[in-house]
Amino acid sequence: MINENTRKTIERFIRKFPCRDSALVPSLSLIQRENGYVSEADMEELAKILRLSEARIFSVASFYTILSLKPIGKYHIQVCSNVVCSLLDGYPLVDYIAKILGIREGETTPDGMFSLASVECLGSCGYAPALQINMEHYENLTYERIEEIVEMLRSGEVWK
Amino acid sequence: MQKILFKNIDVPDARSLDTYKSRGGYAALKKALSLPPEKLISMVEESGLRGRGGAGFPAGIKWKFLPKDRNRTIYLICNADEGEPGTFKDRHIMEFDPHLLIEGMTITAYAIGAHHGFIYIRGEYNWIAKLLMSAIIEAVTEGFVGYNILNSGFSFYIDVFRGAGSYVCGEETALMESIEGKAGRPRLKPPFPATFGLYGESTVIHNVSTLSCVPFIIEKGPEAFSKIGKPRSHGTKLFGISGHVNKPGLYEYPMGTPLRKLIYEAAGGVRGGKRLKAVIPGGLSSPILTADEIDVEMDFDSLLSIGSMLGSGGIIVMDEDTSIPMIAQKTAKFFAHESCGQCTPCREGTNMIKFLIDRIIAGKGGHTDLEQILRLCRYIKGSTICAFGAAAAMPLNAMIKKFRGEFEALVR
Ligand SMILES: Cc1cc2nc3c(=O)[nH]c(=O)nc-3n(C[C@H](O)[C@H](O)[C@H](O)COP(=O)(O)O)c2cc1C
Ligand code: FES
Repeated sequence: MINENTRKTIERFIRKFPCRDSALVPSLSLIQRENGYVSEADMEELAKILRLSEARIFSVASFYTILSLKPIGKYHIQVCSNVVCSLLDGYPLVDYIAKILGIREGETTPDGMFSLASVECLGSCGYAPALQINMEHYENLTYERIEEIVEMLRSGEVWK
Repeated sequence: MQKILFKNIDVPDARSLDTYKSRGGYAALKKALSLPPEKLISMVEESGLRGRGGAGFPAGIKWKFLPKDRNRTIYLICNADEGEPGTFKDRHIMEFDPHLLIEGMTITAYAIGAHHGFIYIRGEYNWIAKLLMSAIIEAVTEGFVGYNILNSGFSFYIDVFRGAGSYVCGEETALMESIEGKAGRPRLKPPFPATFGLYGESTVIHNVSTLSCVPFIIEKGPEAFSKIGKPRSHGTKLFGISGHVNKPGLYEYPMGTPLRKLIYEAAGGVRGGKRLKAVIPGGLSSPILTADEIDVEMDFDSLLSIGSMLGSGGIIVMDEDTSIPMIAQKTAKFFAHESCGQCTPCREGTNMIKFLIDRIIAGKGGHTDLEQILRLCRYIKGSTICAFGAAAAMPLNAMIKKFRGEFEALVR
């Protein structure tokens, strides 16, 4: 569902750029941020707002990795699995987090709280290993720090 | 040592406009607006500034490719996609000294006659996108960006455009497709962006670090820039050093600084007193160097002459315990995942290489698999629309050729 506020922002995107199609990627990212994923219904609605075909919306939405077309956890943990981050952890971080959460990569915890994915370089190589949770970066990670972060999120504490 | 990009790096709150101005910021813009645009183009050309995004194309020459007809719409794009593994330089400029980039963009826009600019920033840099937007608003409020800049009659607007996760969108024409609301599939060139770029209009696109050199060149003069570094590689460069070093981080040094000095002086040497095994000198697409090759000077020509690339200046250091086949596996996975899929050699080739390397690492590969990977690298390179194919093939080829023994030990 695209709510009233989101729709207003999308309309601002349409006015802001020299060409209305330019609102597409920003609108999809906005829906991702607001709703946690981009549903089929969202894409149908967006097609109407932007006056583009649904096929076009889907072709773009399925291209970009930040956009998820399926529901994911409230906190989406994206662990860098590229070269530098792999050089710096003896035991792959993604396996470690999977163990703490009791899920495998690509899965969501039954309570819908966490999902886990491995992603490519986050631009944090100088501060590796790194991961991203929703839109926040976490760098220079250690196993202790990861446990702390997961605990903090579990207890519902507001985080940086 | 002369700092160009990091001149404000130790200044607290360099991000704010007041601090930036108190350090002499926007003086270059004032000077630029008092000169004719052609003069600025020739200053940048004389400085020898070459693109910092990877390819090293001379900036002044790129600007001269624009059609002379001044009534045309011209766009200026700042490439802040920064997706090349091992690279983390542009984020620092944008996060800690955003006005340096904004000033560089505004001067460039005036020189080339652009009235609308975009900063295309990778979606993962959400917090930096927000910082940039507030810095732009600050600059607009004080008349450095926007309508009738400093009463010169020149207007220039900047939009921040966030990507949504795609390495290939760092390729200039894929980036334009993305702004146009499409999947990031690179365009066939020619036509080049100077004649047919964003929205089909003339476009100049530069990396963050390239644009951020412009204020220095205009304020201090082209000679001040060209006397730093080496012939054909002028100025300084931000080197991001990561991996097995004591002090990973970002360091500004003149072009042509020996790689050994960067690893052992700037980054404090290999951590844990281990021996050095290999170095990737310019982001993951640049062919790997062995420990014997680190006396190379870090400039465009020197690296080319030993079969590698300066690329993005992202230096990845690996100690003696590193498994190069493991690095090759990560490299293959990355390129297979990020290929946009429109060229068959790249789409199928990168996936086939990934399959073969996975098989070798699993202990199920044969000698013919290694040959097959090298053959695929040869086929991919040069047979794709954009340079992604070469960027995938060259590093894998070098890893196997230079560390062949390690791969052979894994195959039957
Ligand atoms: C696959 C691929 C990815 C690229 N990624 C980036 C990038 O993240 N940032 C960048 O500035 N240039 C990138 N480039 C280079 C751009 O196409 C372009 O050459 C550059 O933005 C020009 O700016 P410059 O002249 O300042 O170097 C990439 C090129 C290719 C082929
Ligand atoms: S390799 Fe992990 S952030 Fe770059």
